[in-house]
Amino acid sequence: MNWQVKKTVLLLASVVIALLVFATTIPQTHAQREIIHEERSQYRDVVVTEFNNQRCMLFNVHRGDMNQTCVDLRDPKRLVFNYTKMSFAGLLLNPDPRRILVAGLGGGTIPMAMRDLFPAATIDVLEVDQAVLNVAQEFFDFREDDAMQAHVVDARVFIKRAGLRGEQYDYIVLDAFSDEYIPEHLLSKEFLEEVRAILTPDGVVVANTFSSSRLYDYESVTYQAVFGEFYNFKLPGSGNRLILATKSELPSPGDLRAPARELYDALEPYGVNLLEYPPRLTTRPDWDTSTRVLTDQYSPANLLN
Amino acid sequence: MSAVLNSPQPTLETPAAPIEHTPFTRPVILCVAFINGFVIMSIELLGGRVLAPYFGSSVYVWGSIISVFMLSLSLGYLWGGRLSLRRPGPKVFASFFVIAAALCLPIIFLADGVMTAIFVAVEDPRYGSLLTALLLYFLPICVMGMVSPYSVRLLVSSQAHSGGVAGMLYFFSTLGSALGTLATSFYFVLWFNINTVMWGCVVALLLCASAVMWTCRRPAQTMPDSGNTVTMPEAGK
Repeated sequence: MNWQVKKTVLLLASVVIALLVFATTIPQTHAQREIIHEERSQYRDVVVTEFNNQRCMLFNVHRGDMNQTCVDLRDPKRLVFNYTKMSFAGLLLNPDPRRILVAGLGGGTIPMAMRDLFPAATIDVLEVDQAVLNVAQEFFDFREDDAMQAHVVDARVFIKRAGLRGEQYDYIVLDAFSDEYIPEHLLSKEFLEEVRAILTPDGVVVANTFSSSRLYDYESVTYQAVFGEFYNFKLPGSGNRLILATKSELPSPGDLRAPARELYDALEPYGVNLLEYPPRLTTRPDWDTSTRVLTDQYSPANLLN
Repeated sequence: MSAVLNSPQPTLETPAAPIEHTPFTRPVILCVAFINGFVIMSIELLGGRVLAPYFGSSVYVWGSIISVFMLSLSLGYLWGGRLSLRRPGPKVFASFFVIAAALCLPIIFLADGVMTAIFVAVEDPRYGSLLTALLLYFLPICVMGMVSPYSVRLLVSSQAHSGGVAGMLYFFSTLGSALGTLATSFYFVLWFNINTVMWGCVVALLLCASAVMWTCRRPAQTMPDSGNTVTMPEAGK
């Protein structure tokens, strides 16, 4: 009996030691980057790194490079990521937004560029994680003011309340996703209906979506179910697909060239070449249209990714 | 805790074995304990999805759900143990499953109405989600918690074996919980609507009730303490 207890203790101890040894030998994938800050978070700790004159915000350093946002320290205005640049394609459909909603802060690059471009617009930014807001303010120069406010809140909760209050926005950017975990309640038909309800008649929704996984089909049919026909926007060499959707009928592709020419100069400093966007916008479905629509009852997004 | 310990001790009218042991009773009770554990965690996992459209999927929503489930289970254990002190038998045991199944129905039919009302009334999503979790999940999970101590009582016929019986029941119910968590998060949400899985839980609970009624009988009351089944007085403190 006594011997058995000893044996069990020995076994447990060796398992614990083996686990500890294993944990310390996992290679550090970000060794070449300099970590300049780590912010404790309720969700995932936020890490700021600097490398090659780029400062980046990362969520998951253990699984490799998962940059949320990067800024070019030599030219902070210039946007680094393709999908960030692509999100300005919404301006082709609504060239002069007055009330802007951005779900997902990251380093705050999209709202800050919008602030510069449209000084008269009011901007609400939604971010679920206080730590991300802290880091954006401290390391990415994100500044709130009277017209631009950040709200630490779940996007679904904010949008549902905005709908109850009857508030409306004419430019809505949905970018609340990271590669590792997808908030499934922000993909469902019901959520998109709530988004549509706070959209002005001439407003546009710009959604950064998943393009490489099975989710592509699911997201496409769900947006289709809520908004009808939408513009599908991909750029060669970029893994992202953006959806541009409106409440009213889409403008014809020919109508997009005029705003592209008008806004080209304003957007050039951000690295956004608006002139190359209109030919890339298409309404032709390249997804399986028989896919099941995602709903609050059925939204296994993380299993489909 | 002391409420249970100070409750009246079982008297001699209560036979040590509250059910007649046949080859089926032990596997059936272990099996319903397993299903009970499975259903509890399946419902908990779905809870996050039920609340997300109104309160988000922030860490505090999970905090609310897990707290409410733990609270419900703890009180369920307490009350289930208390109920087992007085004339324990298969009918009461089976009724737990029927009541739990009935209490799951509001989760299917009333959740949206309840959450809309709370969403409007409570601004802070932390307390909104806590209140919702309490209203929707407290009662059914509490009743499911009563199953565990009660099933220990049904299977224990001697003090010497009580630890072994309790261990075996914990093993099956917690194994059920583990598999319920896994099956729901890996597969059920991919195959079914939330409410379809909830209906599955209701049906599983009702099947448990009928299995118990089918196989477990009270022993004949003619000789309350003849030497066959009674080996030792219970709870000899």
